[in-house]
Amino acid sequence: MAEHVDDHHGHPHGLAHQFEDMPQQKESALLGMWSFLVTEILFFGGYFATYLYYRSQYPLAFYEGSHELDILLGGINTVILIFSSFTMAMAVHKSHSGDKNGILMFLAFTLILGTAFLVIKYFEYMAKIEHGLVPGLVWHPHGDHSPNLALYFSLYFGMTGMHALHMIIGAGLLIWLMVKTARGTYTAEYNAPIEIFGLYWHFVDIVWIFLFPLLYLLGRH
Amino acid sequence: MAIAEHGAIEAAGATETNYLNNGYGLKSWLLTKDHKRIAVLYMISISIFFAIGGVFAGLIRLELLTPQGDLAHSDTYNKLFSMHGIIMIFFFLVPSIPATLGNFLLPIMIGAKDLAFPRINLLSWYVYVAAGILGTVAVIGGGVDTGWTFYTPYSSTYSNSNVLIVGFAAFLAGFSSILTGLNFVVTVHTMRAPGMTWFRLPLFVWAHYATSLIMLLGTPVIAITLVLLMLERAFGFGFFDPRLGGDPVLFQHLFWFYSHPAVYIMILPSMGVMSEMVACISRKRVFGYEFVAFSSVAIAILGFLVWGHHMFVSGQSTYAGMVFSVITFLVAVPSAIKTFNWAATMYKGSIVYTTPMFYVMSYFGLFLIGGLTGLFLSNMGLDIHLHDTYFVVAHFHYIMVGGQVVGYLGGMHFWWPKITGKKYPELLAKIAACMVFLGFNLTFFPQFILGYMGMPRRYHVYPDEFQILNVASTLGASVLAIGYLLPAIYLIWSLIKGPKSEQNPWGAKGLEWEKAASPPTTFNFDKTPVVTEEAYAYGPIEEH
Amino acid sequence: MQTDFPLFPEQASSYAHQVDALYFATVALCLFFATLVTVLVVVFAIKYRRKSPDEVPRQIAGHLGLELFWTAIPLVLAMGMFVWATVVYFHLVTPPTNTLEMYVVGKQWMWKLQHPEGKREINELHVPLGQPVRLTMTSEDVIHSFYIPAFRIKKDVLPGRYTSLWFEPTKVGQYHLFCAEYCGTEHSRMIGLVHVMEPKDYENWLTGGVANEPMEVAGQRLFEQYACHTCHKMDGQGRGPSLIGVFGKSVALQNGSSVVVNEAYIRESVLTPAAKVVAGYQPIMPTFKGQVSEEGIMQLIAYIKSLKSVN
Ligand code: HEA
Ligand code: HEA
Ligand code: HEC
Ligand code: CUA
Ligand SMILES: [Cu+2]
Repeated sequence: MAEHVDDHHGHPHGLAHQFEDMPQQKESALLGMWSFLVTEILFFGGYFATYLYYRSQYPLAFYEGSHELDILLGGINTVILIFSSFTMAMAVHKSHSGDKNGILMFLAFTLILGTAFLVIKYFEYMAKIEHGLVPGLVWHPHGDHSPNLALYFSLYFGMTGMHALHMIIGAGLLIWLMVKTARGTYTAEYNAPIEIFGLYWHFVDIVWIFLFPLLYLLGRH
Repeated sequence: MAIAEHGAIEAAGATETNYLNNGYGLKSWLLTKDHKRIAVLYMISISIFFAIGGVFAGLIRLELLTPQGDLAHSDTYNKLFSMHGIIMIFFFLVPSIPATLGNFLLPIMIGAKDLAFPRINLLSWYVYVAAGILGTVAVIGGGVDTGWTFYTPYSSTYSNSNVLIVGFAAFLAGFSSILTGLNFVVTVHTMRAPGMTWFRLPLFVWAHYATSLIMLLGTPVIAITLVLLMLERAFGFGFFDPRLGGDPVLFQHLFWFYSHPAVYIMILPSMGVMSEMVACISRKRVFGYEFVAFSSVAIAILGFLVWGHHMFVSGQSTYAGMVFSVITFLVAVPSAIKTFNWAATMYKGSIVYTTPMFYVMSYFGLFLIGGLTGLFLSNMGLDIHLHDTYFVVAHFHYIMVGGQVVGYLGGMHFWWPKITGKKYPELLAKIAACMVFLGFNLTFFPQFILGYMGMPRRYHVYPDEFQILNVASTLGASVLAIGYLLPAIYLIWSLIKGPKSEQNPWGAKGLEWEKAASPPTTFNFDKTPVVTEEAYAYGPIEEH
Repeated sequence: MQTDFPLFPEQASSYAHQVDALYFATVALCLFFATLVTVLVVVFAIKYRRKSPDEVPRQIAGHLGLELFWTAIPLVLAMGMFVWATVVYFHLVTPPTNTLEMYVVGKQWMWKLQHPEGKREINELHVPLGQPVRLTMTSEDVIHSFYIPAFRIKKDVLPGRYTSLWFEPTKVGQYHLFCAEYCGTEHSRMIGLVHVMEPKDYENWLTGGVANEPMEVAGQRLFEQYACHTCHKMDGQGRGPSLIGVFGKSVALQNGSSVVVNEAYIRESVLTPAAKVVAGYQPIMPTFKGQVSEEGIMQLIAYIKSLKSVN
């Protein structure tokens, strides 16, 4: 979020022209990210509201739907994301001392874990396509099923798809941060971008922490 | 506001560099990070969309001259009002004051060099332009016919117009307004000059702060709603169509959860403009500053709890309807507080008859009628009859055009010397202001009567007995059109040939008038100002 | 219908005058505030106009008492308005018991109406003077809205569910019927006429023209045509529960909850029988989705309603 302008007369490294000093810049960057996350919460909130409403209307469909999901893969993904939150926190920690190699290493770990999550998600999606569980596109669920099962899977794909999109954007930003780190942009004084990206990454993880029980676990025996 | 040091700006010569002559090429504009230039970019782009939306309005009114619906085919008419509504709301009115006057003035008013995130500010304009281009492509490619409300299952399943593209365009436009809102919130929190406490902020800033809160909290919900709609339409995911297992009324809840708060995005900024102008034309501190400031925040918060008043006849439960109705009545009270405080500001003031004063008077009249007729609609007993009739159309034009557009025009005239450093012809401007007022009333007052008589909206074929009032309305629209065209002409003239304006032609208070040049320099101030006074301190303030 | 240049809609239902009274009261209140504020600002603008360029008025910061005053007054008035409006509204949502039941199906772009005696109409509705009528409405496609301005009533008509509306006509004449919810190309032509007739004219009209099966007879025919009766035997010995006298009663469901048998529930039972399974029965009832039309379902409903317990 922070702005970088070429250093000119006595400006500290990384201080954008519109700010008076580094603390003001950092405060703004953090507040900006928090505000952005608030909008993200409301964005996903629309999904959660829809989920809650339909779940209360058609518990049967949600019960059946959750049995179609692969709880093992979902569980592995949950662990992966929690672990990636940890590596991201470490990267932020390293950035406070401006430890270039440390930052790079933990960002790389985070990127690898994020990618692993997406790969597993890909296999889960493929399995659903094979079973004909994509509403509208390939929809031929076998056996007896609730008439509103399609609603469950619409929500499943809508919610996890939007989450995956956030992961992909996050992975892109990670690569960008790594390039910048390698170039030596971040120092002990100027490291706000890593810190605010960390907030974003934790947020995306937390969304999954909600999605996993709602979609996979609830209503299962 | 009395400022620590004086002089530097006044002393500067006529050829001083300012934000306008600091770089000329197209690139210096398209890659600018200066909030003032971005504001100008926005002004140009929203004016284009206003003109397009206005042309659609003109065609609507022409068609409605006769009851048979002979000018345009039904589908064409449906596309006309849909595109009129979508363009006017998403591409004109939502960004109108915040992205132009707000962008330009907010940093200057709080004594900052720029917004907190200049690049995000530029990004928001590009996102807006991308949305606008997409929208235009959709219009050229056949348009959209869902109404601006996109009700399902019509929009998701039955319509065969460009719903997907327009939905995506509206999604993008929403994203652009989230970015603006985010920038404003952070800027007001962290960028205030030394001494600029919260209760010294001009009320314009308070109003924009409240607006930004709504943009941050409401807009993402419309974004997700449009995503769901697009998923359903594109892939057949079932969310809202009962044939796919969904519930069409859920869409309405999600849509209005944003779109009601959004109507306050479309009025709060003009209330901010109103506060500034009332103080200046009366040369007096705004009466009850804290009440006016907090009523903005109250409107922003309560505004989130009333969306159901658009759905009294939709089949929602009676008790839900009652709750929405009572909160809607509550949210009218802060507007009442503002109105009375503005009136009280004029009491024993020193009122000068400038163009902004004409707009202030016009705003009083029109906003009042628009707001008061909202009370007919929040009232379940009457709304059953009035819902989806011309009464609603008249209500929202009074408040959106009579409120926000009049506020926008007034603000443009008020700050024009600041933005351009030029003067405009006063007499012409006053004539235009009067034409807007008269034309507006002639256009929309008959629609209240039509509405109570039961003429439904979105009808291009209507029973004969409604014709006379419709003709009156069309007549008014032509007067109104001239009232809008006049400023477009003389303001452009003023830009090129207009006489130079002094730094503070109105003798107004506020950092933008007292401390920044006209037009301001790129970083607004030579030295960060230090604020030592309350807002609008035209003289010593007497407490009660 | 009316004079060429009317400015006020006709009052033709028992509800209309209540709405109009509320309307005039609201107009009066708003007129009062509009005049008050307008007069104030115009008087101030004239009286306190700037007399010399360097004039500086006294800077009055505010007045707590005044602020409270003009917060409280609108608040009290607004709450008063809310109470009145809600009372009027409750009248609309509580129909009397002696209503004539009619059925409405909206589709792009026409209204299909059916009388209990079986008479069908398109875009026209004949009703007897002074007789409360209750409409049960649904849509085959998108959302429509059933609106009769002269009666001051309106209600959305939704696909996949029933809404209802009632009125009591009080004046003989012909009145507009509009579709008030935008529904596509010919939305503005989805209109019709409501004919309020003297009761005996209404009787003549009902019996005149082509004879129609009454709703419940048509429903019974469908009941046999779709072989419902093979499972739903009258004696309760079939594979499905007996439907005699169930309407309006509460039925226990397999999952332990219970449900009141109303129009929406019967519709759901026919289209998605598995959604709510009656306690003590297997979910073997097939769905009739796609086979029976919305009007057919309404006829089945009328038939099931008519199955009163004999003994
Ligand atoms: C800028 C936009 C804007 C604003 C600010 C408002 C403000 C208000 N609106 Fe409006 N409204 C719209 C834009 C706006 N509206 C639009 C676009 C629609 C239609 C959408 C569609 O369907 O397409 C709509 C529709 C709409 C409906 C739904 C109608 C229907 O479809 O059936 C309702 C119902 O409650 C309503 C009520 C109100 C109320 C009570 C206010 C209040 O906030 C007004 C408060 C102001 C005052 C009351 C005036 C000042 C007060 C006094 C002078 C003191 C006296 C006061 C009292 C006694 C209380 N509006
Ligand atoms: C900002 C919001 C806005 C504005 C400004 C307007 C402005 C106008 N509107 Fe609009 N209107 C809406 C928002 C707005 N409207 C919405 C949301 C709907 C609902 C849509 C729906 O149902 O989905 C609607 C619907 C609507 C209808 C109802 C259609 C129907 O239900 O069938 C009508 C009918 O008269 C109408 C008329 C007008 C008129 C005459 C103006 C006039 O004020 C316009 C006058 C302007 C001109 C004629 C342009 C002339 C000027 C220029 C070309 C020069 C400008 C150039 C520069 C600045 C460079 N509008
Ligand atoms: C194959 C047998 C079968 C046929 C054919 C059948 N039903 Fe059913 N019906 C059942 C069974 C079993 C139940 C109870 C379990 C359930 O609720 O699904 C039931 C339940 C119902 C109920 C709910 C009754 C209550 O007491 O709550 C209604 C209403 C109903 N059916 C109407 C119909 C109609 C109308 C038709 C014809 C269009 C029809 N059924 C055809 C077997 C059948
Ligand atoms: Cu049916 Cu409009
Ligand atoms: Cu609203």
